[in-house]
Amino acid sequence: MSLWRQLARGLGALTNRRAADQDIADEVESYLEQSAAALEASGLSPDEARRRARCELSSETAVREQVRSYGWENIIASSLSDLRYAARRLSGNSGFTTISVLTLALGIGASTAIFSVIEGVLLKPLPYPQSGQIVALRHTAPGIHIDDLNLAASLYFTYSEENRVFQDVGMWRADTASVTGVGQPEEVSGLVVTNRFLAVLGVQPVLGRGFTASDDDPKSERAVILSDGYWKSHFGGDRSVLGHRILLDGEAHAVIGVMPPSFQFMDRPVSLIVPLRINRADIRLISFCCQGIARLKPGVTLTQANADVMRMLALAPAKFAVNPGFSSNVWATTRIAPRLRLLKDVLVGDIGKTLWMLMGTVGIVLLIACANVANLLLVRADGRRQELAVRAALGAGWGRIARELLLESLLVGATGGGLGLALAYGALRVLAASGVEHLPRVHEISIDPAVLAFTAGISLVAGLLLGLIPVFKYARPQLSNALGSGGRSISQSKERHRARSLLVIVQVALAVVLLVGSGLMIRTFRALRHIDPGFSRAEELETLHLSIPESQVAAPERAIRMEEEILRKIESIAGVSSVAITSNLPMEGGSDDPVYAEDHTAQVSSVPPIRTYKFVSPGYFSTTGARLIAGRDLTWAETYNQTPVALVSENMARELWHDPRAAIGKRIRPTLKDDWRQVIGVVADLRDEGVDQKAPGIVYWPLLQKNFESSATYVFRSVAFVIRTPRAGSLALLQDLQKAVASVNSNLPLADVKTLESVYDRSLARTSFTLVLLAIAGGMALLLGLIGIYGVISYSVSQRTREIGIRLALGAPLQNVTGMFVRHGMVLSGVGVAFGLTGALALTRLMKSVLYDVSPSDPLTYVEVSIALVLAATLASYLSAHKATRVDPVEALRAE
Amino acid sequence: MNEPTTDVIQGTLDMLILKTLSLEPMHGFGIARRIEQISRGVFKVNPGSLLTALQRLERGGWLDAEWRRTQNSRRAKIYKLTRAGKKQLDNETADWSRRTSAIARLLKAEG
Repeated sequence: MSLWRQLARGLGALTNRRAADQDIADEVESYLEQSAAALEASGLSPDEARRRARCELSSETAVREQVRSYGWENIIASSLSDLRYAARRLSGNSGFTTISVLTLALGIGASTAIFSVIEGVLLKPLPYPQSGQIVALRHTAPGIHIDDLNLAASLYFTYSEENRVFQDVGMWRADTASVTGVGQPEEVSGLVVTNRFLAVLGVQPVLGRGFTASDDDPKSERAVILSDGYWKSHFGGDRSVLGHRILLDGEAHAVIGVMPPSFQFMDRPVSLIVPLRINRADIRLISFCCQGIARLKPGVTLTQANADVMRMLALAPAKFAVNPGFSSNVWATTRIAPRLRLLKDVLVGDIGKTLWMLMGTVGIVLLIACANVANLLLVRADGRRQELAVRAALGAGWGRIARELLLESLLVGATGGGLGLALAYGALRVLAASGVEHLPRVHEISIDPAVLAFTAGISLVAGLLLGLIPVFKYARPQLSNALGSGGRSISQSKERHRARSLLVIVQVALAVVLLVGSGLMIRTFRALRHIDPGFSRAEELETLHLSIPESQVAAPERAIRMEEEILRKIESIAGVSSVAITSNLPMEGGSDDPVYAEDHTAQVSSVPPIRTYKFVSPGYFSTTGARLIAGRDLTWAETYNQTPVALVSENMARELWHDPRAAIGKRIRPTLKDDWRQVIGVVADLRDEGVDQKAPGIVYWPLLQKNFESSATYVFRSVAFVIRTPRAGSLALLQDLQKAVASVNSNLPLADVKTLESVYDRSLARTSFTLVLLAIAGGMALLLGLIGIYGVISYSVSQRTREIGIRLALGAPLQNVTGMFVRHGMVLSGVGVAFGLTGALALTRLMKSVLYDVSPSDPLTYVEVSIALVLAATLASYLSAHKATRVDPVEALRAE
Repeated sequence: MNEPTTDVIQGTLDMLILKTLSLEPMHGFGIARRIEQISRGVFKVNPGSLLTALQRLERGGWLDAEWRRTQNSRRAKIYKLTRAGKKQLDNETADWSRRTSAIARLLKAEG
């Protein structure tokens, strides 16, 4: 049968109802005429014929209605008219409608915003084909207390050659290079990768070719692939760029390809991709240098892959010789084991917990908003009790009335949802503009179809649930009751209050949960702000990166002399009080390697604990404000003479020698082959891995050393300058810095100029992000809860005007009357607080991972929140109860 | 017209309309009168049911309709059987005779 015809005619009738009705009316009329004509032909008079025809037809209207009711479009048409009616009723009561729509919009908007963050960050797959197959090749080494270890070049070759579970294996590290010859000298970030890296991701250049095995060979010509952004900004998107040579750190690299615009990797700024050129023959067993990724064969699970890597780890010592300076059983003592994780999980990290916690939080706000709107709807339905009862008595079906009430709340829900979506869009724009760097995949957050479906879903569910409460309370047939109790009722029955009181209790309880959560976050934040991070007044510390390539200054000592020369130039800038150089800024890590201590002989047979290495210039500690606990700082003379000296952190000194002073004069070295170095100073601990993390053991070495980590001369060419000045962060200072560096060498680009405060803030970012969002949610919950209490009390006052009138007329003092209502409000909030505290005790356990130095059941927070909430609730009830005092007994008794 | 009139048997109106229109295109009243005449007044068609049925059959694609002038120079909606309608009539007729003969057999069955 022709479905098409059904659809087309139905739509036609729907869009042009009047024409369709006219057609039916015409046909009925014509039927009548024909019928009359036939009767006339059989000999009746025209009038009589017409009368008889009309009789036979019975009612013209009834026939028209009967014919009209055929067709699917009629269901829609009648629903539409119901909807129009609901809309008209809602717009008739604009106060109620505005408040409920806005309340819902807030709740839905907040939920939508957080959900789109969750969708973009956690749920959406990475932008590579079958991205679920891509794993990060991480390891653990319990033998040397390392939980999370990267990939060694030896293991990269082992895995590539021996695996049974991977389609492809790749190795990469992030790096920066100074590009010269393309406009201004510039420090550009990029990736250094092995040839199958792009194949693991399943992405290939759109222009030119990808890397091949020969590109990894150090003897081949150097190649580079450009990102789309870099290609467009530096080469104007010119396709003839292929084969063009550009200078990276002074070396010519041939451009062989351009990546697609959509290419991205681990949230890193990637302008260039160059091959990781390694000679397999030079690789030693311990060569942890890079990150590994691999693509699993279809159907292989992480467990199977881990098992296969475990098998291959045992093969590595047979394939690669152990490094000079390490004992031969070093591999066994590390007890290295696989810890493969999905690439997405590595990228997203542990932010999932925080995000789901926030989702729960906004869910609670949404519930409170719904409770408020439900309360309003109940008040409205209560006002219509008599009307509904009369209609039911006249024969309106339960379903009919229920449909009306439901349509009304669905309409409120849908409007609230639409507005909420707009709010969420605005919130996401703010989020994007605020540049939350610490949030992974932040650029992938958007309002996509999944988010739209989510919003539509919660709006619908909210609308339905809201509608169902009055439906079950009022659409039920209980007419005699409702008809009887209207009119001059003495006072309100308890039963009519119960639903509303219950909603207010729920609201208060939920608000308590959120406020306790925000209270705990505030205490966490305060605790973190009070921790000494190991440096002081970070807002006065400007930092910048630069590197002196070997192609420009070959001799190691000359490179350091140039670094010192730049340091002296910067020192002479107005307002600068001191300057120092370091390999890695505070909170930006360093290399992690073992340290042997001369008087700990047991370490020789195994691997000693891993420490963080930082390489510093003299004056580094006084510049950053790190306290020297014992001993003294380095000198420039020691640096240039390559005197074997070092400083250690306080916790490391205590661990090895129990007292910082005892550390002075002790000797340490990185490997068994190196020279011993004398400890000349002990520095206060540095919270290098974040304010809320334990301070690691740190060794500070000079920038220039000999016989260090198996190299004859060890030099740091890529360094960060730390500058203490009140002008930190200003544009004028940046210009002065550029001039100072250019006056020494005009080919050195400055990179990553920022204040140390921004690094410090970033380490607190997750806590402050969670705190701000929880505080907003808590504030909204408190406000909505108070509005709820206010609403219930003032409704109760308005319903009991007569009673108040009688009480006042009989001589009750005003305070007693208001006291009655305030007590009611206090009881409601008291019960709510009690439930809320119980709920908070249970729910805040989930927050444990984001708290610092405060227990999830911290009594002080609980007491503070309870007192604050009861006080606020009392105030809200007092304000609404105050209306009772304006009741004039005479008026009240006359009313109704 | 001695026999008492009755409403059309439930479920047969569509078939009767299709059959009537298979003779010639005609308007609503014409169909009603023709059914009454041919059934010798046994069946009387309710106008509301008839017009609804016409609407349904037209939607179903079995009839085409068009406003035209009739012989008595009045405007009327003239219905015409489509190819699909003809096929449907054949189906329904076959089905109907199968059912009536079955009923007839049942009624004749003895002992």
